[in-house]
Amino acid sequence: MHHNRPETRIHIPQSPTRPGDKPDFSHIKIPPVEAGRRPAIDTPAHEMDDLAFGLVRVLDDQHQACGEWKPHIAAQKLRDGLRYMLQVRLFDDHMFRLQRQGSLTFYLKCAGEEAVAVAAAQALRSGDMLFPTYRQQGLLVARGLPMVDMMCECLSNTHDMNKGRQLPVLYSWAEGGFFTISGNLGTQVPQAVGWAMAAAYKNNDDIAATWIGDGSTAEGDFHYALTFASVYKAPVIINVVNNQWAISTFQAVAGGENSTFASRGHGFGIPGLRVDGNDFLAVYAATQWAAERARAQAGPTVIELYTYRAEGHSTSDDPSKYRPSHDYDAWPLGDPVERLKQHLIGLGEWSEAQHESLIEKIRSDVSAAYAEAEQYGTLDKGPRLSLSTMFEDVYKDMPDHLQKQLKQAQEG
Amino acid sequence: MAAMSMVQALNNAMDLALEKSPRTLIMGEDVGFFGGVFRCTEGLQQKYGAHRVIDTPIAEGGIVGVAIGMGVNGLRPIVEIQFADYFYPAMDQIVSELARLRYRSGGEFWAPLTIRMPCGGGIYGGQTHSQSPEALFAHVCGLKTVIPSTPYDAKGLLLASIDDDNPLIFLEPKRIYNGVFDGDRDKAATGWDQHPAGEVPENYYTLPIGKANIVRQGNDTTLITYGTMVHVAAAAVEKAGLDVEIIDIRTIVPLDIDTLTGSVQKTGRCVILHEATRTSGFGAEISAQIQEQCFWHLQAPIERVTGWDTPYPHLFEWDYFPGQSRVIQALQRVLEAG
Ligand SMILES: Cc1ncc(C[n+]2csc(CCOP(=O)(O)OP(=O)(O)O)c2C)c(N)n1
Ligand SMILES: [Mg+2]
Repeated sequence: MHHNRPETRIHIPQSPTRPGDKPDFSHIKIPPVEAGRRPAIDTPAHEMDDLAFGLVRVLDDQHQACGEWKPHIAAQKLRDGLRYMLQVRLFDDHMFRLQRQGSLTFYLKCAGEEAVAVAAAQALRSGDMLFPTYRQQGLLVARGLPMVDMMCECLSNTHDMNKGRQLPVLYSWAEGGFFTISGNLGTQVPQAVGWAMAAAYKNNDDIAATWIGDGSTAEGDFHYALTFASVYKAPVIINVVNNQWAISTFQAVAGGENSTFASRGHGFGIPGLRVDGNDFLAVYAATQWAAERARAQAGPTVIELYTYRAEGHSTSDDPSKYRPSHDYDAWPLGDPVERLKQHLIGLGEWSEAQHESLIEKIRSDVSAAYAEAEQYGTLDKGPRLSLSTMFEDVYKDMPDHLQKQLKQAQEG
Repeated sequence: MAAMSMVQALNNAMDLALEKSPRTLIMGEDVGFFGGVFRCTEGLQQKYGAHRVIDTPIAEGGIVGVAIGMGVNGLRPIVEIQFADYFYPAMDQIVSELARLRYRSGGEFWAPLTIRMPCGGGIYGGQTHSQSPEALFAHVCGLKTVIPSTPYDAKGLLLASIDDDNPLIFLEPKRIYNGVFDGDRDKAATGWDQHPAGEVPENYYTLPIGKANIVRQGNDTTLITYGTMVHVAAAAVEKAGLDVEIIDIRTIVPLDIDTLTGSVQKTGRCVILHEATRTSGFGAEISAQIQEQCFWHLQAPIERVTGWDTPYPHLFEWDYFPGQSRVIQALQRVLEAG
């Protein structure tokens, strides 16, 4: 079913490719790196409209950094970025396998989108507050949350920061400036704006950054957020992660056919940057620019991170039912890990051998972390949180009716 | 007749509805090309076209608002909300608009929507894939709310709902989509082909909305329930060897109170079972109405067995879920009282 029926006039967007087809991304126009211009942060928004339709790029096809957006980053920081991205990827692989073996109830990878979170975290300050979705585990890794803590959340065990209440991957880390992840799409975006407004109210220069998927931009919450961010010039960065898919629907179903997600703020006078999300340096540079704008009280920025969901939506999904196989191999913007690796090698700051040994090291760290996490319990084995935790935190103090219910639950 | 799971019965019902009227269409997240995350609309877009089984943007308030406009303009949309936990952005459109269009316009405007949504827990879905919001809908006048417990009922009730000119919320207990679950998580779920109500006629039929079903006759106490809990109730009663009458209300609003009071007047005792949280859960309404109408017949206080007043937890799913042992204890207390 690739075409609308003649008996109707309603327009229904159609995915260009489906299972059995050859992946085809020929409609994606990739401007040369040199074409990108980096305006001063105090440029009036309407004079930057073109940036929402271009593509901020730094790494060229030879993996060399060039153009106006080229950021100044020490080689060590780049190596850290590479390490974090690899750690996210190998962690994801391990946890995905564990779910398949029955050790976890659910898991969700961010394969192909590692740079979106890791580079942004590295470009922000530690006091900046993060309002993510479920696909930015890279923020946690880059901000230094130990893998074992992430695993404990996924296992709902005695060391779980959420005390056994949430599904795997819905992390929370107040100390790391990482807001509790909601299962309900889009809710975090106005909240990020409000956090940023509070920072401005308190007259400090911390900013908020939030992430939302392409599909979820359809939710009303996203549009509320744009209005408030615009009206109050909130110091916030609103990142739209356009990984082309929302479970089975491709980005045109969210309105990507008619305009870019980066341009969503234009009607509110909010500038938008469309960025190659698989280019670590471009994500870093764009985030840094938007953060400077926010800190200088020049207002919010929408950043569209143009990327690709390399694998299924989650362990509950089967992408072979709705998109061509091996599609990621054909993605014209490549792979973020591979590209940063080649860039570092080109700089003489990295080598294949170092890369291999780093992979080995991370693999053994992941295994060791899981062995430790299991000691704190799993869903059905080992130590377990006390039943009272089910009734705690519903309110600050447990009211009488919950105390009674707890007693009943304990009596079985 | 054919053996069908609840998913297949719902799919078959929607197939017949699309076939019956070109004005009927389906819309929701991932319902089209993919066929829905629970596969309820599988194959229907391929059969009827992308304009009849529409993949929508992720915006529940938008979906319901747009469906209302379509309904007002002569279409009959069947809306799927991917999980009941995600209808909240549509609350304003449902409560302030959909439910009251007819009333506020003196009968001039109305929209015949059927809003389907999977509900209930037992799948380790945590607090955002497990909720049972029926009481929220029950509190909104102008809406009918239906919840089937078998494939046979699901098909007949869904076709009746689609036919109904009132707006309807159609809750689908996802734990029993693909098999009977009796609350014993250590036991493998049995396929619907093992259950008499897994035999579903292939032709078009409807079941009356607002009519309860006495699923088991009994004399000593009345056990009122719906959805997944119908099967938990049946297994609990079987296990305890008690003479209990089990009633599946099937429709939350309008409630078939006569069938309930008829039974309680006979047994003199009543237990109400649901998975949703306790405070202001629909059990409270049932209990109040039974007390009002059967006070002089009651030989024991009415008991409610429900989820606790907490969000649905991940780790403690099975401590939260009101399983067989809690049902048996309540039945025994009620039987021993008075
Ligand atoms: C309010 C709400 N509606 C629906 C869902 C179900 N759901 C979970 S993820 C998802 C797709 C989101 O796609 P996108 O925003 O593009 O993010 P991605 O998964 O691609 O990162 C849907 C529909 C939900 N979690 N919350
Ligand atoms: Mg997406």
